[in-house]
Amino acid sequence: MSKAKPPPTNGAPFQSELDEAAFATAAEERVSVATQWQLMWWRFRKHRLAMFSAIVIIAFYLVALFADFLAYADPHKTEAFRSLIAPQPIHFFDEGRFSPHVFALVGKRDPRTFKRVYEPDPTQKVALRFFAEGYEYKFLGIFKTNRHLIGVDGGNAEELIFLLGTDQLGRDLWSRMMVACRLSLMIGLAGVALSLVLGVLLGGISGLYGGAIDTLIQRVIEILRSIPTIPLWMGLAAAMPRDWSVVQVYFAITVILSLIGWTDLARVVRGRFLALREEDFVLAAELAGVGQMRIILRHMAPSFLSHIIAATTLALPNMIISETALSFLGLGLRPPAVSWGVLLQDAQNIQTVAISPWLLSAAIPVVIVILAFNFLGDGLRDAADPYG
Amino acid sequence: MLAYAIRRFLLALLTIWAISVLAFAIIQLPPGDYVTAYIAQLASSGVDVTPEFAENLRQQYGLDSPVWVQYLKWMEQISRGNFGRSLEWRAPVLDMIGDRLWLTMAVSLSAVIFTWALALPIGIYSAVRQYSIADYVFTFIGFIGLAVPSFLLALILMYVGFRYFGANIGGLFSPEYQLADWSPGKVWDLIKHLPLPAIILGMAGAAQLIRIMRANLLDELRKPYVITARAKGMSEFRLILKYPVRAALNPFVSTLGYLFPFIISGSIIVALVLSLPTIGPLLLRALVSQDMFLAGTIVLFLGIMTVIGTFISDILLMWIDPRIRFERRE
Repeated sequence: MSKAKPPPTNGAPFQSELDEAAFATAAEERVSVATQWQLMWWRFRKHRLAMFSAIVIIAFYLVALFADFLAYADPHKTEAFRSLIAPQPIHFFDEGRFSPHVFALVGKRDPRTFKRVYEPDPTQKVALRFFAEGYEYKFLGIFKTNRHLIGVDGGNAEELIFLLGTDQLGRDLWSRMMVACRLSLMIGLAGVALSLVLGVLLGGISGLYGGAIDTLIQRVIEILRSIPTIPLWMGLAAAMPRDWSVVQVYFAITVILSLIGWTDLARVVRGRFLALREEDFVLAAELAGVGQMRIILRHMAPSFLSHIIAATTLALPNMIISETALSFLGLGLRPPAVSWGVLLQDAQNIQTVAISPWLLSAAIPVVIVILAFNFLGDGLRDAADPYG
Repeated sequence: MLAYAIRRFLLALLTIWAISVLAFAIIQLPPGDYVTAYIAQLASSGVDVTPEFAENLRQQYGLDSPVWVQYLKWMEQISRGNFGRSLEWRAPVLDMIGDRLWLTMAVSLSAVIFTWALALPIGIYSAVRQYSIADYVFTFIGFIGLAVPSFLLALILMYVGFRYFGANIGGLFSPEYQLADWSPGKVWDLIKHLPLPAIILGMAGAAQLIRIMRANLLDELRKPYVITARAKGMSEFRLILKYPVRAALNPFVSTLGYLFPFIISGSIIVALVLSLPTIGPLLLRALVSQDMFLAGTIVLFLGIMTVIGTFISDILLMWIDPRIRFERRE
């Protein structure tokens, strides 16, 4: 099979070609006996961008899971003396030796503006330590620890390292970004899960029964889709009582987002239902006396599950954008909750951003995650379509 | 054909009704009612409020009757052109909205026009020169446009404008026209300021439309009639523009129905970032201060605006696409 194929001489001529033929039939055999999921996986694997996006998304969820470990400063701790410090580069080598360090910052007053400015002092090197001690947190919510990926000797990392700078209240942006992943990514999942339940239920009913119920549900979907979502969400979100806890607000936002989100999924489910209902294997199952519920779950569901997964993946970025937008406006999650939208709230004022552009850094994960989900969803959709 | 138009019209009416219920719900949802808020406001400004006065107000607004009666009363008042008063601004809601509504429409319409003007040529080019470098570049830009929420795009552009050009690129008018009465000069000033919000709002929609246009045109280009025309020696330019593009144009009109709510939604947040004198900032302010009559009316107006836009797109679609004109429901 390789270039270094020996010329056919004596003994066993064309052995390698025989091998090749056997291999080809084996591959064909593999395709014809493969389950639908295997076929999808093989097809998906070929989609480079989607594979890469899947890895990116997994990485993001891992960050969300180990957020506190990756952070080095308490994301809620405020300190007026550390307000609006600029991001600080890491120097990896010290006199040719690998020894990651940052320069210590010296606070000064600008003699003209009287603004507090921070300047790196190259003579004072702060060595970074791996698995260093820092603030205490619960690892995966199970046990208490104070180990973090990076830190400094002495455990006072928040006073010395500022990888992405600090916000107005002196909170460390890097640590806050890590922790923000949790809410921002989870609210997408929760919202999509709720939309999925509504969408599958109503779309299924619509496709299964048809007639008046179908018309009714379709009209409701059309009406919901022609309402501009943001003003509606804003209205509903603003109506939330001010004294609700973070958790209550979180659930309310999820419900509000799913209120519109289910319509797309319902359409996909209904479309698949209508198409599959006409298939011969469904008729055969009906004639064989299989119950309706069993036909749906055992025979129809596997055929449209893949489409639903693809549609769900494509619905996720919208949820994340919506949460970010609502929180950015101050109507979604509120501090002390930390999400990307909440972080971007600080960047609302253009004058502030012009002086401290690092406040915009929360935009970067938003864009990356949305792109990755879009590519992944595209790849899944292509893989789910056997005629693609 | 007429039946289709009537059906769409009835659906539009139904949608407006649903929106009015939702808008009313928004007015009703916060704890307390209009009178409690109004009295609290009076009390805070030092006016003594007697319980009788409060009771009178309640009766006047019908707040002591069941919710559905209140809804009917609200509707009846609206039909007489009375949308209630803004608590915060102490002015009739309609006066508050006035100009801002027209400006919102101007911004949204220019965003739709930008979306089309960008998506049509790029979509055609990407399909005809599939897998060329430009196709990849456009696809990439399209994905970025899809992935960057419009308000973030606005923020980043504001930052770039502020930082590198020293100009505040927000607003819809130059300072000298800000408070001036309408004049040809002011209209021209407005037109000069429209492109930026239009581009920001249209980016995501354009990105989507480019992809739809490209996919549709690719399907069309593989059809036998294209090969026939080419075999007969028709010029490539005419061939593509005359038949496949026309057939692939459908989504431009059919997505208008979804594009419109999408753009109006986006315009609310973008208007805040760019500080446009449209309805968006007013809505946010009203919501934050729980000025519910103002907020509810704005939601109602925005809803009606989108429904009208959607209705027009339905009628346009019927006009272009014979398959819809002669649709028979099974």
